[in-house]
Amino acid sequence: MSHHHIDVRYVANLARLELTEEEITEFQPQLDAILGYVDTLTKLDVSGIDPTAHPSPVFGRMRDDEPHESLPPESLLQNAPDQAQGQVRVPKVVTDA
Amino acid sequence: MTSRTQGELSNEYEFQTMSIAALRKSLAAGETTPARVLEDLAAKIPETDAHIGAYLSHDLEAALAEAAAADLSLPLGGIPIGLKDNINVLGQPCTCGSKFLAENYKSPYDATVVRKLRAAGAIPFGRLNQDEFAMGSSTENSALQVTRNPHDPERIPGGSSGGSAASVASGTAIATLGSDTGGSIRQPASHCGVVGLKPSYGRVSRYGLVAFASSLDQIGPLTTTVEDAALVLQAIAGHDPNDTTSLDVPVPDYLAGLHDGVAGLKLGVPSEYFGDGIDPGVRSLVETAIQKLAAQGAEIVPISLPHTQYAVAAYYVIAPAEASSNLSRFDGIRYGHRTSNPSDILDLYRKSREEGFGSEVKRRIILGTYVLSSGYYEAYYGHAQKVRTLIRKDFETAFQNVDAIVSPVAPTPARKIGACEGDPLLDYLSDIFTISANLAGIPGISVPCGTCDFDGGSKLPVGIQILGPHFGEAKLLQVAKAAE
Repeated sequence: MSHHHIDVRYVANLARLELTEEEITEFQPQLDAILGYVDTLTKLDVSGIDPTAHPSPVFGRMRDDEPHESLPPESLLQNAPDQAQGQVRVPKVVTDA
Repeated sequence: MTSRTQGELSNEYEFQTMSIAALRKSLAAGETTPARVLEDLAAKIPETDAHIGAYLSHDLEAALAEAAAADLSLPLGGIPIGLKDNINVLGQPCTCGSKFLAENYKSPYDATVVRKLRAAGAIPFGRLNQDEFAMGSSTENSALQVTRNPHDPERIPGGSSGGSAASVASGTAIATLGSDTGGSIRQPASHCGVVGLKPSYGRVSRYGLVAFASSLDQIGPLTTTVEDAALVLQAIAGHDPNDTTSLDVPVPDYLAGLHDGVAGLKLGVPSEYFGDGIDPGVRSLVETAIQKLAAQGAEIVPISLPHTQYAVAAYYVIAPAEASSNLSRFDGIRYGHRTSNPSDILDLYRKSREEGFGSEVKRRIILGTYVLSSGYYEAYYGHAQKVRTLIRKDFETAFQNVDAIVSPVAPTPARKIGACEGDPLLDYLSDIFTISANLAGIPGISVPCGTCDFDGGSKLPVGIQILGPHFGEAKLLQVAKAAE
């Protein structure tokens, strides 16, 4: 945890986020400063401490697997930016053979 | 409803509207009707709210249709409740303060809290501004409009539930719901001089709340009185099969012990919450409020929450990590913004997200993706989760000896709009007193405790924060009532 540096362009690509050159220039020092601050955590010895993923005393409960009514397809499709034949339409995801 | 001076911004609370409790009496006595209440609020939006900017949208016609069928015998019968714009109401917009959802999104279903409010007789009315996807503590990160503090228009209302707080403070809403991930109900409540309650994690269903950080988010009320906060919590609390993290624990009567006072209760004062960073005006007001509780018979106990100094750092690993995962759903495919003429599917994802998200959201997505990425996961995310355990245990230990903890909500009153521009870390550090409650999952409330001068501003509201053990809302409200 002593890096204090994020490769903004690389990580943005992992997050499927395009950034302008201006944004990369702006975010780089800001993110490095935040990461530097976060590194104060290393001062704490946490060996032997269990992680908390969840603040509730009870979690991971399952509900009964009973069929129930779902939202109709048209109400879910109403917000799709592009649709056809009851489906969401997207650019071609496979290349021609 | 009584008529108020419109359009003028004053430093007094007098422009706050009447409480739910008072309005219920007025409705029961036939002095007003749900329709008239709604029409009065709607009339204030182009007048008072033009100066404040709390409302993003409202649908008077839809609300009036519900008002016509209002059952005044129900606990919230005929009472309009405003909603932060990240809580879904069937057929209404839900922008989350983002361009991504502002273009054409209409909610396909009701959030559970909305269903429960209606079951209690309330009428959802108005969509309130917020930091984009609830990321921020000033509402400056809204991509849609500026919201101003009703007590000083040059200042922030706080955030991220800034619209929910500013509307109640300026009398354009009776009560509202907000969401609190790191202080986003309590801090704007403090800055605007209203009551704001973050319930325990698991007390209120998150179904239909657009997720920011799923292990931290909780919905809660912003109101003019502690009694009103209890009334609204009573309506929205409880288990929901649609949210597995909402616990199946009976909901107590939050009004039953509200007036029982603090005599004999032990109130912990954590030394870490009264350090050097706190504004002298805030310190003085909170200390005076604590003395008043002592005068009512509470025993004041100095305590320590030794890992407080690590809370902000742990939060800014955990919250962005969860956010980067949650926000991956905004990809331009099923809803929200889609870029025009993408070259392929990857280009569609990247450009839609670039165009739809604002700077703070992008920063947190990058930070979250980084701390979850291969090689850094254990060093950052794993480590922060262990620190979270230490923070949780601090509270568990403290609550073995005290009934509640009292502290400031924020280190200072509301700052000026633009004062943290370009320095996000500076803004993050202002969440120091509220973030721990989210990490630990415990409830917290902000109650107005006076006003002070700060950074050229005068009579700026300050809140006292009261924290309680997990699912200890009843006693928390009892202490809050005594502090009111």
